[in-house]
Amino acid sequence: MSAVASPRAARRAARQQATAERLATLTLPAAPAWLKPAREAAMARVAELTLPDRRDEYWSYTNPEKLISAEVRPAEVFKITDEPPMYQGIDRLKIVFVDGVFSAADSDPLAGEGLEITRLADSADIHWAKDLYGTLEAAGQSPVPRPLAALNSALATDGVLIRATGKVKRPVSLIYRRAGRDSAVTLHHVVKLEKGAELTLLENGPVAARASMVIEAEVGEGAALHHVRTMGRDHERKAVTHVFARVAEKATLKSFSLSMNGRLMRNEVMVWLAGKDGTAHVAGAALGEGVFHHDDTVFVAHQAPGCESRQVFKKVLRDGAVGVFQGKILVEQPAQLTDGYQLSQSLLMDERCQFLAKPELEIYADDVKCSHGSTSGEISADHLFYLRARGVPEEEAKLLLVLAFLAEALDEIDDEDIANDMRLRLRRWLERHSH
Amino acid sequence: MLEINNLHVKLQDEDKAILKGLSLSVEAGSVHAIMGPNGSGKSTLSYVLAGRDGYEVTDGTATLDGESLLDMEPEERAAHGLFLAFQYPVEIPGVGNMTFLRTAVNAQRKARGEAELSSGEFLKVIRAKAKDLKIDAEMLKRPVNVGFSGGEKKRNEILQMAMLEPRMCILDETDSGLDVDAMKLVAEGVNALRSEGRAFLVITHYQRLLDHIKPDVVHIMANGRIVKTGGPELALEVEENGYADILAEVQA
Ligand SMILES: Nc1ncnc2c1ncn2[C@@H]1O[C@H](COP(=O)(O)OP(=O)(O)O)[C@@H](O)[C@H]1O
Ligand SMILES: [Mg+2]
Repeated sequence: MSAVASPRAARRAARQQATAERLATLTLPAAPAWLKPAREAAMARVAELTLPDRRDEYWSYTNPEKLISAEVRPAEVFKITDEPPMYQGIDRLKIVFVDGVFSAADSDPLAGEGLEITRLADSADIHWAKDLYGTLEAAGQSPVPRPLAALNSALATDGVLIRATGKVKRPVSLIYRRAGRDSAVTLHHVVKLEKGAELTLLENGPVAARASMVIEAEVGEGAALHHVRTMGRDHERKAVTHVFARVAEKATLKSFSLSMNGRLMRNEVMVWLAGKDGTAHVAGAALGEGVFHHDDTVFVAHQAPGCESRQVFKKVLRDGAVGVFQGKILVEQPAQLTDGYQLSQSLLMDERCQFLAKPELEIYADDVKCSHGSTSGEISADHLFYLRARGVPEEEAKLLLVLAFLAEALDEIDDEDIANDMRLRLRRWLERHSH
Repeated sequence: MLEINNLHVKLQDEDKAILKGLSLSVEAGSVHAIMGPNGSGKSTLSYVLAGRDGYEVTDGTATLDGESLLDMEPEERAAHGLFLAFQYPVEIPGVGNMTFLRTAVNAQRKARGEAELSSGEFLKVIRAKAKDLKIDAEMLKRPVNVGFSGGEKKRNEILQMAMLEPRMCILDETDSGLDVDAMKLVAEGVNALRSEGRAFLVITHYQRLLDHIKPDVVHIMANGRIVKTGGPELALEVEENGYADILAEVQA
């Protein structure tokens, strides 16, 4: 035994120290009794994993500092006055959170056919979510630690617990609003789809200046969960989000995220295709300029044979914005006949923008089909000229080409009404940001 | 209608002159053909007229009905009635053929102060015109030129021309890569558009297209210039003897 600690051990000690100091400033929020053990366990995980820093390989493209340090309350809440509300005309069950707190007054009654919905903060003591809360998150700590998700499990102040037992027709629509009372919000949703159930889960609206959001989803045999999240236009937004989903036999998970503006976003998705013939499509479109830094970090694990997965991520970057994609397809030994696809592309509108991509395949089965591609580039001069030569003005031509660039990601949204709403937001963003 | 006078063009990034004093005058209602060996600058001429980047006009003028083309953006030239059927039409994934054409038609109408076509009106017109060119509805729904055969791409160019109803149509080797039937379709498409107020500049290597689209005037282009101008018989001469004799005669 050496008396002098190795550099590695010294570094770990320093990190543990820093983590302990940060955690000491935090208190576990009040919680129903059933949740307490899960929170305490999550807190212990954070202490063990330690909070991330820039030297972590997993954070080499995105600095987690601003996602961790105490959040200063902004002087002013960014107000969006010129954006029509989302999903107008789409019949859905609305659940509203104001500054991260469930608002019964603004929400529809938490009931629907084939649905059980409870607010996290006042859920009853014996609850089905007991076996799920923090469980998928904990499982998601390997092979790569995701301490910010564990921190979320420990600190979440609210969220919903949704259990679908049948084919739910009306989408469940989580709407976030800001009143500016709180600058940092931690939300944690747990979703369980029983055998054969179907559910569409929508999320939109500004959560907080800094938001941490986790969704843990158990998608049962033959069930289908469609998740669509939009984050848009609140320019000071810093957000870290995690989706953990376990997909059973013949089940489907589709998760799409649209991000516009904001400063710093890290969206992590971890999917286990745990039963045979399952499907997982994870896609996203991100548009930003200037300080915009957007990171999609995706991990799809094929654990059973015959599953199909797609990752399709597109980013439009302007004025020095930065896009990051870290995506991995892991094919475990039993996962024969895997069909895996991964695509990440960025459209750089000027030379100052950056796209940092780390696509990875790790394959232990021999009969698999996997492809991945990652590119970044500008709008094609030939395409632009062709459109202009037909009389389409330059700005309109660019808009068509940017929308065309994004099309493959948008195509991952099955519901046409929802997809069209997204297209509208994209178009509006592009029109506002063309110069 | 189209007046080109002493046009000199070089590549923007290189010291390479391509058009070296080209002059040409195309009257309304007429069909002019340009023939010439590969590399003589035919496509460059068409690109410069349409407004593509990468070229620098060092001297000369090009006007359409008296207005200088060279000062206009490509979309303005189009709105003024200039159309180029590309030698190599590009594939544009993600942009639907229909969306593209409707956007183009309406952008031009808007630029000219005309009312835009509703989608119903547009559909009716395009269906009829597509049918004439044997372009099926499925092709119209696909992204622009994606997965089209060479012949389909060229027919799609002619469809665009028919929809946009330009006054000055430049066709750059629209016949290359077409089989006899497809060439007939293309020629019929062009002939259907022939009218008093409209002119054509047909760039081709081969006499055979000119059997179907009868030109009024034939120009021979070489080394960045029109070196000889004549009637339809000039095309037959090229077909029989190639360019060598003509070029030798000009240089002599
Ligand atoms: N963008 C370009 N870059 C380099 N060379 C070019 C470019 N455009 C044209 N050229 C050159 O100019 C000459 C004329 O080309 P082009 O106009 O395509 O002739 P044509 O259509 O008559 O075959 C050729 O030598 C060609 O290589
Ligand atoms: Mg050519």
